[in-house]
Amino acid sequence: MSMINYASREINCKIVYYGPGLGGKTTNLEHVYGKVSPDTRGKLISLATETERTLFFDFLPVDLGTIRGFKTRFHLYTVPGQVYYNASRKLILKGVDGIVFVADSQIERMEANQEAMQNLYDNMSEYGYDLTRMPFVIQYNKRDLPNAAPIRDLQSALNPGWEVSEASRMRVTPDPFHAGQHLVEQLGSGEWVEHAPYFDAVAVTGEGVFDTLKAVSKLVLKSLA
Amino acid sequence: MPVGAASWSFTQDDFGAITKSLERFLFDSNARCALLVDRSGQLVATVGEQPKFDPTAFATLTAADFSANDQLAKLIGENDFSSLFHQGEKESMYLADIARRVILVVLFDNRTTLGLVRLKMKQTVDELSKLFEEVFKRAGSASQPNILAGADDEIDKLFK
Repeated sequence: MSMINYASREINCKIVYYGPGLGGKTTNLEHVYGKVSPDTRGKLISLATETERTLFFDFLPVDLGTIRGFKTRFHLYTVPGQVYYNASRKLILKGVDGIVFVADSQIERMEANQEAMQNLYDNMSEYGYDLTRMPFVIQYNKRDLPNAAPIRDLQSALNPGWEVSEASRMRVTPDPFHAGQHLVEQLGSGEWVEHAPYFDAVAVTGEGVFDTLKAVSKLVLKSLA
Repeated sequence: MPVGAASWSFTQDDFGAITKSLERFLFDSNARCALLVDRSGQLVATVGEQPKFDPTAFATLTAADFSANDQLAKLIGENDFSSLFHQGEKESMYLADIARRVILVVLFDNRTTLGLVRLKMKQTVDELSKLFEEVFKRAGSASQPNILAGADDEIDKLFK
């Protein structure tokens, strides 16, 4: 639920990082916090357990620049990755404008990724939001690990594409971030599908963190334009 | 099915009316400060003594607090808790729902009492509820000019 404040000339938007436990959601926020100049970001708030597992959420506000004289303020949230905390996970999705799904690339975490993705769809639809029609990007984190699954496998498990039903959107759209791949394409069966944009990342070193954030923020602002 | 959460905006005039209503409330109740926070955790307005804490962080935690309590209410068979009270040794806060979309948070100390704050708040909540219902109705009718319309180029430039 983006909010435009004409009095303070601000556009406020909410982005939620979702994904399985220990996948690197909090690490994404920590990297942004460490890299962004202190005058364009606020405090990083963490509601975590003593063992640093997210209990309720992490929160970081950042300013990404000015458009038409309005400051664009993005509120970044993470949700707890553990299924045990689903009730609080769902609360964080309230009023969300854009979603980043942080997947753990390790082969052993494939099932956890799929469970979290299904849980995201379920929680979103309970709020009446349609994930396939809102700003949504996927980040494949931990690409540096030797047991990382190939991107192709992750894509077919987590981002196989959803059906495009509107005729106006049925045109081949190249993926601007991956040469030779498409965001919208027609399958051999004649069906049109759309994939969410995806990014490779190593959140601990910061690789891919800003590419992901920029992509989702841009989609959010474009959805308002 | 709606695509996502609806966007809303408020004008300088709305802001003026909100501020006026809250200033009157603070004067009548002798509370220190009033903040308005939307349900997704964004700070809408601060009136009265400027708080010494980080208001953005405060707003986020307020919304989380309210949402968590909403769920607790449902678990015990209530629809929601329309107000919450947190008591401290010196400082206390009182939170009330406005039109199901905004939360009014009042900070007060021992210069006043919970009874007086509650009493005076009722009228303010009614006033603000009407005001916000108008604001949201307007957002739904799309008569508001879209400041980002046609700003695609500018958005592209921002993310170069």
